[in-house]
Amino acid sequence: MDKINQVCAKAFPLGYNISIHGDMVSGTAKTSLGEVALIGTVNQAAVGVDLAYELAGKVLDIVRHSPGMPIVILVDTQGQKLSRRDELLGNAGYLSHLSKCFELARDRGHRIISIIYNEAVSGGYLALGMIADQSFALADAQIRVMALPAMSRITQIPLERLQELCKSSSIFGPGVANYVALGALEDIDDAHLASLLEVAINNKNTLDERAKLGYERGGRNMAHTIIQSIISI
Amino acid sequence: MKIESVIGIRESTARERVLAILDSETFTEYLPPAARVFSPHLKSLGLPVSFDDGIVIGEGSIAGQKIFIAAQEPGFMGGAVGEVHGAKLTGLLERAALKKPAAVVLLFDTGGVRLHEANAGLIAISEIQRAMFNARKAGVPLIVVSAGANGVYGGIGIISRCCDYIVITEEGRLSVSGPEVIESQKGVEEFDARDRALVWRTMGGKHRYLIGEAQMFVNDSVEDVRNALVQYFNKPIPINIDSVMEEHQRLGERLSQYGKAEDALDIWRDMGITNPEDIPSLDFEAFMKIANQVRKNG
Amino acid sequence: MELLNYEFGPWDVVAARKNTSAIIVGVVGSGNLEILLESAELGGRTKVCIETSVKGFSNTWEAVLRDFSDQQKFANTVITINDGGATPAVVQLRLMQAAQQWKERHEN
Repeated sequence: MDKINQVCAKAFPLGYNISIHGDMVSGTAKTSLGEVALIGTVNQAAVGVDLAYELAGKVLDIVRHSPGMPIVILVDTQGQKLSRRDELLGNAGYLSHLSKCFELARDRGHRIISIIYNEAVSGGYLALGMIADQSFALADAQIRVMALPAMSRITQIPLERLQELCKSSSIFGPGVANYVALGALEDIDDAHLASLLEVAINNKNTLDERAKLGYERGGRNMAHTIIQSIISI
Repeated sequence: MKIESVIGIRESTARERVLAILDSETFTEYLPPAARVFSPHLKSLGLPVSFDDGIVIGEGSIAGQKIFIAAQEPGFMGGAVGEVHGAKLTGLLERAALKKPAAVVLLFDTGGVRLHEANAGLIAISEIQRAMFNARKAGVPLIVVSAGANGVYGGIGIISRCCDYIVITEEGRLSVSGPEVIESQKGVEEFDARDRALVWRTMGGKHRYLIGEAQMFVNDSVEDVRNALVQYFNKPIPINIDSVMEEHQRLGERLSQYGKAEDALDIWRDMGITNPEDIPSLDFEAFMKIANQVRKNG
Repeated sequence: MELLNYEFGPWDVVAARKNTSAIIVGVVGSGNLEILLESAELGGRTKVCIETSVKGFSNTWEAVLRDFSDQQKFANTVITINDGGATPAVVQLRLMQAAQQWKERHEN
């Protein structure tokens, strides 16, 4: 069974129905709380103007035809598309438009949950994974901004030094555990994904609690306090 | 203290930009350097800190109207976003949602995520994005200015387009992936990062204004930037089904009209510009005359 | 990173302090530095604290700062520096910029 069907089977034991169009996946699934809309990417999609626009259109379809239906984003991306054409046409505009569509959905009462089921990299992760109210990842998902060797080359910091620091800090190295520690992901628990998903779907809290979670988990000691201190000046 | 020597944005520091753009003696800085709120992650990498972590935030007035303002320092770590830097921006925008100033002015000048704090930087950009939406929901217009030497790239490029307005200069750039990243991953055939003319045709101020990624094009002078900003104060653009559908339509048209273009020159020609190759060398007035004609027709 | 600390003076406290808010000059970049000046009760002394990414130049720092302190005689002043490898010439330039702003702040 391929990865997209694996994660859907795990997440939606009551059944699901997906179709794949290029790098985009969409469909619906049954939960004990009712139907949820599915949208996302496959094949470690590189998100450029065309795919972002197509995904945005699908989100708008859900907003217009399925009022209030929870949306589950299935994320598998190698990041934003690295191409001259996509920058020429304004990839920033398309990726931000996709985010705005999700935000519109959230504003109109759609709960937004994401599941990183394979790769999630940089700009693609930002647009598809991080826009959610709550975000899950499979234990073997590959999440990163950049691989360490490339990071070493660009920052001019020796690879060994970066690897050593990764042992004591979640701040820059690839890995699902780091993103949990920093507050961006729910705790990893593949075995209970379906029930945890239902709890998340039922959750009505739309506040962004990631900085608070990062503080409580010890991954980010400063962000939460800084944000609160500025609000209360 | 008024900075008399600052003429434009590009050559000045973040703090100089803020002081030059605001009315005299109106700036109150939040978490100023003396507060010593800096990155806890750089020391172990052998790097010096900056006491404001490379971003100046606070409140002040422009033309007598109370606004919030942020300016990234291009000289510190490429203006890139780390944990503290990002949290300062998130806090400023969350505060704006509560206090409702006439606008939030964001002088971005950045490569995006600070690699040395990569994960924290990426999450911070997502948190800034959520706070932007909160501020917009509260009716506060968000205005990005891209006039700096680093451009506005990466995740900050993406979330800039989540703001109400973008003001850009000829020197400014706005994009997601930078030329060097594209070249190193996809080869020089895909993008020759050393071809400055190509970089500016693809990502620079004139093209962004022509294609509609930026709403205003200005000369890099403090006076011109101030005048451009003031026109957007108290003029938020609501995010609702109509405005989002409208943008979806516009973006769809852009794809169908220009999706096969090889270069900006092709796009400019398709827009009805007779001599597209002249665009880069046109002075401000000449460019604006042509641009406003085709933007109206487009 | 190297942390350096120096104290100079004490100097006579000449001007009654009108405006004790801190000032900052410079940018922490390669070959550059930022300098923060603040007031503190130091019995008339100037205190300097430097964090630098380039080790082994404490003698140079001391010489430049001693010259500066002897000239300016900033009593009850803390000077904090974040350095990204600036040359002595750049350090002196930033110190002069800082001194100018500090004096403006105190004499107005």
